[in-house]
Amino acid sequence: MARHPSLTIKDHFRETHLFQHRLLVMAIIIIILLGVLITRLFFLQIIDHDHYTTLSEKNRLDILPIAPIRGLIYDRNGILLAQNIPSFSLQIIPERTRDTNKTILELKKLIAISDNEIIRFNKLRKKKRRFEGITLRYRLNPTEQAKIAVNLDRLPGVKIEAELAREYPKGKLASHAIGYMGRINERELTRLDIARYSATKHIGKVGVERSYEDILHGEVGFERVETNSQGRILTRTPEVEPKPGKDLYMTIDIEVQKTAEQAFIESGNNGAVVAIDPNNGEVLVFVSMPTFDPNLFVNGIDRKSYKLLSTSPDRPLFNRALRGQYPPGSTIKPFIALAGLEYNLVTGHEDINCPGYYMLKTDDRKYRDWKKQGHGKTDMSKAIVQSCDVYFYDLALQLKIDRMHEYLARFGLGKKTGIDIRGEAPGLLPSKAWKRKAYNLPWFPGETLITGIGQGFTLTTPLQLSYITATLSNDGKMYKPRIIHAIGEPGVEEITIQEPRYVGIVEKKNPAHWKYITKAMADVVHSVYGTARKINRDLPYKTAGKTGTAQVFGLKEDEEYDETKIAKKLRDHALFIGYAPADEPKIAIAVIVENGGSGGAVAAPIARKVMDAYLLKDDK
Amino acid sequence: MQGFSRSEFTDTTRINAGRRMLHGFHIDLPLLLSLLVLVIIGILVLYSASEQNNKLVEQQLIRLAIAFIVMFVVAQLSPDTLRHWSPWLFIIAFIMLIAVLIFGEEGKGAQRWLNLGFFTFQPSELMKLALPMLLAWYLSEAHLPPKLKHVAVVLLVILVPTILVAKQPDLGTALLLASSGIFVLFLAGLRWFYIILSFILLIPTSLVLWFYGMHDYQQKRVLTFLNPESDPLGSGYHIIQSSIAIGSGGLYGKGWLNGTQSHLNFLPERKTDFIFSAFSEEFGLIGAIILLSIYGIIIARGLIIAAQAQDTFSRLLAGTITITFFIYVFINIGMVSGLLPVVGIPLPMVSYGGTSMVTLSAGFGILMSIQTHRKLIAS
Repeated sequence: MARHPSLTIKDHFRETHLFQHRLLVMAIIIIILLGVLITRLFFLQIIDHDHYTTLSEKNRLDILPIAPIRGLIYDRNGILLAQNIPSFSLQIIPERTRDTNKTILELKKLIAISDNEIIRFNKLRKKKRRFEGITLRYRLNPTEQAKIAVNLDRLPGVKIEAELAREYPKGKLASHAIGYMGRINERELTRLDIARYSATKHIGKVGVERSYEDILHGEVGFERVETNSQGRILTRTPEVEPKPGKDLYMTIDIEVQKTAEQAFIESGNNGAVVAIDPNNGEVLVFVSMPTFDPNLFVNGIDRKSYKLLSTSPDRPLFNRALRGQYPPGSTIKPFIALAGLEYNLVTGHEDINCPGYYMLKTDDRKYRDWKKQGHGKTDMSKAIVQSCDVYFYDLALQLKIDRMHEYLARFGLGKKTGIDIRGEAPGLLPSKAWKRKAYNLPWFPGETLITGIGQGFTLTTPLQLSYITATLSNDGKMYKPRIIHAIGEPGVEEITIQEPRYVGIVEKKNPAHWKYITKAMADVVHSVYGTARKINRDLPYKTAGKTGTAQVFGLKEDEEYDETKIAKKLRDHALFIGYAPADEPKIAIAVIVENGGSGGAVAAPIARKVMDAYLLKDDK
Repeated sequence: MQGFSRSEFTDTTRINAGRRMLHGFHIDLPLLLSLLVLVIIGILVLYSASEQNNKLVEQQLIRLAIAFIVMFVVAQLSPDTLRHWSPWLFIIAFIMLIAVLIFGEEGKGAQRWLNLGFFTFQPSELMKLALPMLLAWYLSEAHLPPKLKHVAVVLLVILVPTILVAKQPDLGTALLLASSGIFVLFLAGLRWFYIILSFILLIPTSLVLWFYGMHDYQQKRVLTFLNPESDPLGSGYHIIQSSIAIGSGGLYGKGWLNGTQSHLNFLPERKTDFIFSAFSEEFGLIGAIILLSIYGIIIARGLIIAAQAQDTFSRLLAGTITITFFIYVFINIGMVSGLLPVVGIPLPMVSYGGTSMVTLSAGFGILMSIQTHRKLIAS
């Protein structure tokens, strides 16, 4: 090369020597570095071996919970009320899609997806890992499934996931008794046994689903899974099989229930019916109208439907049978009368004169009878049969408030019956002490009067009314109301019938007093003057009952109650309590028709239909 | 007695005849044998790491066959021929590097491949050989140790292709390129003064590089190397999972085909850059030491060939090829075992993949050529 004129001769020996020296240096460095590598490997593989073995095991083995299958719910005759059906939901695994948002748009062209569902999806997407499936739509119908299935090829990351979902085959029927399930919310998470619910997504929210959650749920199982680094499951080894929840047989007779609900639907009224078997406390009918479709709630109700339900003036989500607190009205009269007999204040055979109103000696106010012209000469029996208010004003004044309170409390008014459905309202049974405590006011005599006809402060739930009627019909024997008849194990033929829960007996001074009252109640239905005579036509069994009307709207003393002039929601509630057959009671019932008007005209016919359906079922 | 000695004689003759024949084909037996052992181990590991994917192993075998053919072909070329070609080869490689920046195909966010119609090609791989060849050619003409002027020229020649490759961006190859150039300088006898000086200058240079020369993901790699636990499911994931794979292998390993880390997909890039982790998990420390020993033998043989080489070009080139090969091994194993940052350098002759294997084999071909084209000079 011209660049290097051969002025000096290349010193080959020196260059070779220099090179070999440098090569030696490199060789030494290489040996040292190889030593470093081996040392590093020694540390990893020998010194820290145990640590990394643990990490490696943790990496690939995981314990995953398996959800138990929830118990089924039947009615007392074994008719299915709640079951688990495969539900197909649409999931997207963001990691596997080309573009998740575009995929959603594509899916939107195929099936209906609401904006709310997309909003919820995007919320979940931020929380979950990219390889986890996120549900976009629940409850795909077969058409939607098919539409997606044929397009799966061009929609990577989309899959149809099958899981068991609660389904209520009877729809709206008995929904307040059965209740419904929904997805576990954050508040529930704080009170739940996290381990037991680790695989469970849904939980009973109200009704039997809620109250018997523990029994229905079952026990969680576990499986050992080997996962890859993406958390994808490669193999599954069951460790503990999940134990399915137990099946429940409700005390409800769904056919009778249907009759009751149908009667309400036909009349277009709201209200409640509770019927109890007096011999054991089993709740045969548990109606709160209007009802709702529990299926809406299972996978999250959409906002519009929920708003419709929650803001409706008819309050379909309100469990009137359990939580509705109504003045008992005249239905309380047989119990007041019994108190008068038992306290030996009256014998039942004295007459009073009913001019159509009652006046206290201490003030000028006229306490009116529902019958403006008055009942005239009235004894206790007539007072019950024709529902004379004046008689009971007088009796109440003799009893005084605290004795009324004491006697009615024996039947269980003013406190929860203890039925096995959560959320029961206690009602209200006033007393002097209560008024002092609640209002810091003394008790006034006028309040005693109206308490005697079931107005004023007194509040009862339909369940309580049914309960006290059952007690009255059963010679004072009290059985705690129950909604569950039997519990069954999956795969086992026998079911365990739940024992009646005997609470006690209402003390009887004289059985003749009770007979007097029940006879009068039978006359309410069967006598030509009875307020419920309307229902005695072709009645094949003897029925005892009492009608009632509860004021929603307080009238001034000289005002006339004119149904046609008053807005529907301010009209009186119509009530009826009763039991049948009168000499050997099998069913005790309480009916409340909100703003229905007259108990005899509106509430009693519903009771008749229910009793017919229950008592005459076998004849059909 | 006679028969015995005859048979002994015959054996020796046969061996000598064999050696002579191999020598005639310009094949270095120790290098060939150790490479074969390495390649066989590589195939076994790949079979396991690929979930016993026969097709993948087949592809690798085809690549290996091509690589060995390249090696034999290159071995036939005399060092003189190689020296004459050196400048031209460099120019071709350089033009291709520029072409790749303009027309290159993108893959994984980097432009490295050049589509030549019938196959894709990484010009940076060609540069890996062309650069040390050019430098060896340049310095072989000079009086050694190199003067400052030579050093400056060499550094410039190193810098330009290194920057081009780093721009692709391919930090690993850029580092290898730069280091191969530096090794030529070092072996040529660069004065220790310069060496020490450059180490001192390295600090500000690396700072400048950090702030202006590095892509985000490159910075991230370095940061997570310094603290892998900081992002266990993100960037630190590779290092942690790889350490777990190696560490859980222990002394004897989990056994061939029994590595859980690799088979359950925890180990990323287990067929390519992280194949050593898969190997160590299944064969343990003993396996790792055996593998390192084979690499050691290959490197030792390369150094011997360099030491015995007869001219400056040959010895600089042989030395550089060998040391670069070692650097491959060191960086790869250092990176998978958490000693070095993850830079994406495959384990030579073992990792799945084509281009680098061909380059490496060509390098071994050059070593064989240098060894077998020696003229016998009486000492």
